[in-house]
Amino acid sequence: MKISNRKFFASAILISAILAGGVSFYASSSPDGLEKAAKDVGFIETAKDHSFGDFTLADYGFKGLENARLSVGFAGLIGVATTALIAMGLFRLIRKKAPNKNQ
Amino acid sequence: MHIPDGFIDIPTSAAFAAASSVAVAGAVKGARKQLSEQSAPLAGLTAVFIFAVQMLNFPIAAGTSGHLIGAALAMVLVGPYAATLALVVVLIIQAFLFADGGLTALGLSIFNMAVISVWVSFIVFMILKKILPKKKSWLVVATFISALISVPAAAIGFVIQYAIGANATFSVGTVLNAMVGSHILIGIGEAIITALTVSAVLASRSDLVFGWDSKNSPLEIRS
Repeated sequence: MKISNRKFFASAILISAILAGGVSFYASSSPDGLEKAAKDVGFIETAKDHSFGDFTLADYGFKGLENARLSVGFAGLIGVATTALIAMGLFRLIRKKAPNKNQ
Repeated sequence: MHIPDGFIDIPTSAAFAAASSVAVAGAVKGARKQLSEQSAPLAGLTAVFIFAVQMLNFPIAAGTSGHLIGAALAMVLVGPYAATLALVVVLIIQAFLFADGGLTALGLSIFNMAVISVWVSFIVFMILKKILPKKKSWLVVATFISALISVPAAAIGFVIQYAIGANATFSVGTVLNAMVGSHILIGIGEAIITALTVSAVLASRSDLVFGWDSKNSPLEIRS
């Protein structure tokens, strides 16, 4: 069941948007493997605050949005859009051009 | 596994930033040869999907979580060069926009997740592909195992960086112990997500999958 380029592209973007914009609310907030190891061993003390820790989107929330679900969802959608823009642009620049197709 | 600023000293961070830059320049060169007009959009989509799934921390043992790295996923879908670049884009956006992963530590994180994870999983994948039968189901098995190994590989990358230039004085052995076990568990999650995603793309558009030689007829024997 081969699907068209367009359908494939649209589904991938839609799935990513749903995951980052909706499902992300349910993600575990426990420390990740590295942070947990740093806490257990003790070297978490050496961590410095992030230089951009006060930015609007820091830690995947939208500053000012009280509703946690909206805050993380909105931040996620902005991330998806930004990644799409930058990654698509970059790979478009890098790819090889097909011969005889330049108008 | 996004390293915050401060864990590793500045000289070591700078050295790994330099090493990562060389690797990224190499990846641009490689991707230029590999990406076609067909596969370039898939590389972009892969970066988007990885960004989204990296937000989804899943719980593993005892108050610890993990999330997908996506190195093996990108490697199987778009090849190792474009995979390195996709991960670099995601890591830069996370560090600059979402304060996830320190800025001086960015070279360290890129080296672990966009270089070590990608290339270790690529080597494992190529070996398994040679050994295993040329069928889609076996390709998913190879994907699963490569993804599983890619996570502890990145964790060991961090331990090496810690050994070279930690700002703390706890023994390397203790850090290795604390890192490897949890990252094998996270690796299982990575492997499941990666295998499911690759299966979905194989089912809908196998022609787009780098790791699947759709051009070869199933009867052809490759040496």
